[in-house]
Amino acid sequence: MSRIQATFAALKSQGKKALIPYITAGDPHPKHTVALMHALVEAGSDVIELGIPFSDPMADGPVIQRATERALAHHVSLGDVLEMVGEFRQQDNRTPIVLMGYANPVEAMGQQQFAERANQVGVDGVLIVDYPPEESEDFVGLLKSRQLDPIFLLSPTSDAKRVSMITGQASGFVYYVSLKGVTGSQNLNITEVGERVAAIRTQTDLPIGVGFGVRDAATAKAVAEVADAIVVGSRMIQEIESSNEANLLNNVRQLTSELRQAID
Amino acid sequence: MQLYDMPDARGHFGPYGGIFVAETLIEALEELRVMYERYRHDPEFLAEFAYDLKHFVGRPSPIYYAQRLSEKIGGAKIYLKREDLNHTGAHKVNNTIGQALLAKRMGKPRVIAETGAGQHGVATATIAARLGLECVVYMGSEDVKRQAPNVYRMKLLGATVIPVESGSKTLKDALNEAMRDWVTNISNTFYIIGTVAGPHPYPMMVRDFQAVIGIEAKEQMLEMTGRQPDAIIACVGGGSNAMGIFYPYIDVEDVRLIGVEAAGHGIETGRHAAPLTANSPAGVLHGNRTYLMQDANGQIIETHSVSAGLDYPGVGPEHAWLKDIKRAEYVAITDDEAMDAFHTLCRTEGIIPALESSHALAYAMKLAATMSPDKTLLVNLSGRGDKDINTVAGLSGITL
Repeated sequence: MSRIQATFAALKSQGKKALIPYITAGDPHPKHTVALMHALVEAGSDVIELGIPFSDPMADGPVIQRATERALAHHVSLGDVLEMVGEFRQQDNRTPIVLMGYANPVEAMGQQQFAERANQVGVDGVLIVDYPPEESEDFVGLLKSRQLDPIFLLSPTSDAKRVSMITGQASGFVYYVSLKGVTGSQNLNITEVGERVAAIRTQTDLPIGVGFGVRDAATAKAVAEVADAIVVGSRMIQEIESSNEANLLNNVRQLTSELRQAID
Repeated sequence: MQLYDMPDARGHFGPYGGIFVAETLIEALEELRVMYERYRHDPEFLAEFAYDLKHFVGRPSPIYYAQRLSEKIGGAKIYLKREDLNHTGAHKVNNTIGQALLAKRMGKPRVIAETGAGQHGVATATIAARLGLECVVYMGSEDVKRQAPNVYRMKLLGATVIPVESGSKTLKDALNEAMRDWVTNISNTFYIIGTVAGPHPYPMMVRDFQAVIGIEAKEQMLEMTGRQPDAIIACVGGGSNAMGIFYPYIDVEDVRLIGVEAAGHGIETGRHAAPLTANSPAGVLHGNRTYLMQDANGQIIETHSVSAGLDYPGVGPEHAWLKDIKRAEYVAITDDEAMDAFHTLCRTEGIIPALESSHALAYAMKLAATMSPDKTLLVNLSGRGDKDINTVAGLSGITL
């Protein structure tokens, strides 16, 4: 059983939902990333989504784009991100790590080399935003043959046929984008999210995470009532952005604890 | 030779092209693909398109024999396809009309566009005004400063111009921002992409709308010279004017197709916008796989060209394919060489060319010098240079 499967199974048996924070590797500075990951776990995160910085993050809103720009100011590469995961694994061999990013850094490294190195350092899942299933059959094969879960997005516009095709390729969990827009958008409609998640659930046994609009304890709680996991990205990045070096870890721990309490 | 039939059903030109976008855009692209398939051969749609090309744009654009220029060089005869004479001053309008007519049929009241030099933005704002569509244009804040007259033209035409402050503040960032707008407003918005890049069906659709250039040229060259030219030369940024004139000639094997990229300060300096000539690696950006200017870690790098319209780190996927199969050749011309060609055409023919088109012209002048006078070259003069006079004056140390 993969770390992701084990984590969701354990949570399910306790009647709990997964808290999945997103941070961009190298933001605000590469030296903080591993410490931030440990802080997220200490404060109650179940899975960590670690963003691979890319110069042109088209699916992200301004908050995550700024995080990316801060990381790229320190020239954080995909190789560096993999090393950070390796360093994290020296102290934590239990918490699943999902890498999230865009295709080009993976293409530059080479899909096969990426899959091998990701597996070696202890990555569990990979979500490449601009690799839809139709364009990533080979890549998904490379991931699966190395025990990496391919994570895919589902959107409000994905019809039943697509949901079936995507969940057929995905493993670990699927990630439902809760609104039309980019990361960090406003106006999450909980009723609609609930209906959509229920519809997706009739087509797959995979856990369903919901993200792209969770911004505080109240939305986290509401989303956790309909989903198996909540993904919190832009709100987490805002906390990092507004912190200084002295209070960074504490602020992130505190926000994570608030979200944990809200969904339990 | 087997007849050229690209792309495949999912938009691939060999290993290039495709649909590399987030799930949130898939449905919108599918809707567009289906609608374009429905209308691309629909007689009524094509008649409406042809009507606007004739009466609104002023097509067909003439072919002009640049006699004094040719005689000055003393080699092959140089002919110009005069896209600079189109309404709005460039080839861009051919495509914006096609897409705007499609937007109207799809019931989308709002169109958005990205623009670098501003030509595509102006062409989009123009047709939006003509069809009564709301129009929002994204433009890098650096380009807003460099291209102030075009920004004002768009405003006069009723468009909203949004300066983009992220990234390098140029064309690629404007494209990112337009994509974000589209994914957020997908139900009422049509995204008019200005070049043969982006996810399928854009590279194919933009090529098809621009193919009018090559279709006309084929008839006109025959009429004027009794045969087809020995080579066709066009500048390539994203590559829409080049695809437009190349496409109808792909199966005419003895016509050389030559795409001219921007060598900027020189390929060897790294300060250029010539991914094909510089043998940049392939990668994925803006929804398609193609050759891309990038660093060793796959980050897109900043490009340089004196001409804003060629200042793009990628290239349309069909050009990547035409390079690989050796049907087209790709070369590059520096800023300085393009400027020389610009001034030469102004003085010898009384035509002020766009800086983009000056790249194609510069290569044609080099090539013509190596050929005999019984040979002919056809240059796609993709736009007029009125928009560039501030840049040219600035390079000469003159403030207008």
